[in-house]
Amino acid sequence: MTEETKAPKKEKIPRQKMPEQPAQVRRHNFDEVPLGYTPELAQKEAERCIQCKDPRCMQGCPVEVEIPAFIKCIKEGDFEGAIRKLWEKNALPAVCGRVCPQEVQCEGLCILGKKDQPVAIGNLEKFAADYQRNHGRDVLPPKAAPTGKKVAVVGSGPSGLTVAGDLILKGHDVHIFEALHAPGGVLIYGIPEFRLPKAIVASECRYLERLGATIEVNAVIGRSETVDELLERFDAVFLGVGAGLPMFLKVPGEHYIGVYSSNEYLTRSNLMKAYDFPNYDTPLVRGKKVATFGGGNVAMDSARTALRMGAEKSYIIYRRGREELPARKEEIHHAEEEGVEFMLLSAPTKFLGTDDGFLTGVECLRMELGEPDASGRRRPVTVPGSEFIVDIDTAVISIGSSANPLLTKSTPGLALNKWGNIVADPKTGKTMKPRVWAGGDIVTGAATVILAAGAGRLASNSIHDFLTYGW
Amino acid sequence: MFEIVERQELAQGTIISNWIKAPKIAAKAKPGQFVILRANETGERIPLTMADTDPDKGLINIIYMVIGKSTALFKTLQVGQSYLDVIGPLGAATHLEKVGKVICVGGGTGIAVLHPITRGLKNLGNHVFAVIGSRSKDLLIMEERMKAASHELMICTDDGTYGHHGFVTDKLKETLEKNKDIGLAVCIGPVPMMRACCNVTKEFNVKTLVSLNPIMVDGTGMCGCCRVRVGGEMKFACVDGPEFDGHQVDFDELNLRLRSYLPEEKLSYDQFKAAHGSGKCSCCS
Repeated sequence: MTEETKAPKKEKIPRQKMPEQPAQVRRHNFDEVPLGYTPELAQKEAERCIQCKDPRCMQGCPVEVEIPAFIKCIKEGDFEGAIRKLWEKNALPAVCGRVCPQEVQCEGLCILGKKDQPVAIGNLEKFAADYQRNHGRDVLPPKAAPTGKKVAVVGSGPSGLTVAGDLILKGHDVHIFEALHAPGGVLIYGIPEFRLPKAIVASECRYLERLGATIEVNAVIGRSETVDELLERFDAVFLGVGAGLPMFLKVPGEHYIGVYSSNEYLTRSNLMKAYDFPNYDTPLVRGKKVATFGGGNVAMDSARTALRMGAEKSYIIYRRGREELPARKEEIHHAEEEGVEFMLLSAPTKFLGTDDGFLTGVECLRMELGEPDASGRRRPVTVPGSEFIVDIDTAVISIGSSANPLLTKSTPGLALNKWGNIVADPKTGKTMKPRVWAGGDIVTGAATVILAAGAGRLASNSIHDFLTYGW
Repeated sequence: MFEIVERQELAQGTIISNWIKAPKIAAKAKPGQFVILRANETGERIPLTMADTDPDKGLINIIYMVIGKSTALFKTLQVGQSYLDVIGPLGAATHLEKVGKVICVGGGTGIAVLHPITRGLKNLGNHVFAVIGSRSKDLLIMEERMKAASHELMICTDDGTYGHHGFVTDKLKETLEKNKDIGLAVCIGPVPMMRACCNVTKEFNVKTLVSLNPIMVDGTGMCGCCRVRVGGEMKFACVDGPEFDGHQVDFDELNLRLRSYLPEEKLSYDQFKAAHGSGKCSCCS
């Protein structure tokens, strides 16, 4: 890349640190951890971007945001221009700025990262979206003339919202169906308030409504209406229902009071606001010693939620080693800063409880890493006779989700793979059923917000082609 | 918003019946299915199996006992007022078929759940025996509707103030002894009652359906809160049930998990009772 030599001066500005709540303060509250860039910090960070002619960062973005262009706007103080640029490709900038794994996407490819730190693209995206929400004029991106075509979007998580955002701008009539009582899917029930404030998710959904999309909550497609019935009323249907069936450990004692799936633990806390019990009616066991089983981002969210619910000890119990933790480095770092303790190379064998059913502990076995398995990670092997007991009163099982059959079982003509995920063309999201597309976790199995959004983007392009040209 | 168009207080105000405007649900609901209701923004999601529907008028009927904060809050809702959310129909519908002779046994508000199933079995041409019970005459609900839904209705009260003096299991056993050709029992009510009924039907080797009411959150299979052990396997009542083969259900585990939040439920209810009527609670202010 010749750009490096063209503008060497610009690299002198160091990457601007994101101001954060101190760990010892934030571990006791549900407020957002990063405080956000000020306009000054944002402009200074934006200045670091060398505006590559062939920007590699964009290749790392599943929705192909024109990254240098929006950063240029910020640098010039044109914050409205920045959000308009983002909206062209991303209906959810405030969300993606917060929860995308930028280090392996845009920022991972940033040319500055070769010798120095990459441009803080995620922080800048978050800034642009937050500035618009808090200070911006009431602007909306331009919309194409109405086409008269109607699209049903089933599920209001990241893939569904992306499809809705894309197609509404292209002039189609969009109706979103959400099974829960609030839209946002995993963004509202799964990701905690301290990582993604719910007011922001609500605001992104309102943005779609202001553009003209209809959001119908409490609509459980598969039960209240079938996909075939939707096909009578709509020209195309997109299925983005997520991977909402929690996996359990299948060890004895999972019925004890205090044992949760992460889906339940986080849904109670986030969607139902159990952290504000009894002002909100939904309770959650306030454990003093909480163990979360698993090593992904959802496990980190659960362990950090436990601290905020008043836990004195919050453990992550994971059967592989530190290098194998699937969570983002930043999430692991935040969790450790807040006091989450990692018990690595440990696997639960059974839960222990009182006669009246309350959880008191978990028996674990030590593990060692053996040969790499199919996933390329070294397979954990048990060390015989290494049993040990950890005293806990709450357990959160966070070992993944599988496909929820509620919708797929009621939809003839959809092809499913052996895990129950919908088979869809990876380039277009087309399923085996005519006029039906699918994307996100229901196709790929549990993955990330931005990959779901990326799948939504591919599907919306394909749906638009179908509605416009008939293919 | 889901408006209440008809409201009745039963069993001395301890049990409430609501007819609620929910046309989409009414059009689809089948016997055995449930809805989840939320009264207001701060409310819990409460699962209740529908007692009846009127698809022509777009109405569903729920009948619940006031046992805690959420149901007490529901009780404050009058005709013309609305539930914020009603979600459904959820759960698998009862598999109704012609068996020949069947017996339907209900206790407490379980009678409400039993009602559409009983009627469905009768409409399919089964000869339907029904047994309903309560602690006392004043607490018995749906006698007339159950009479219409069955061929022979037997009533039991624990204190002998009405009908047979004793438990529903007495009449269940008696009927099974007299009618060796009964092919199906449906028993719905409090956990101890369902367990006792299953013990009786097991003796006679009669297939038995029960409807379980574990604690739920989303009701669509997403959270796993409602997991129950059936035949040694973990099942989710919200999507695999709520009805299961009663002879396979681990009632001990169900009972235990139903007690998950007793202290929280008490705190919440006490606070509600102290505030309600004084203008401090969300429903009065």
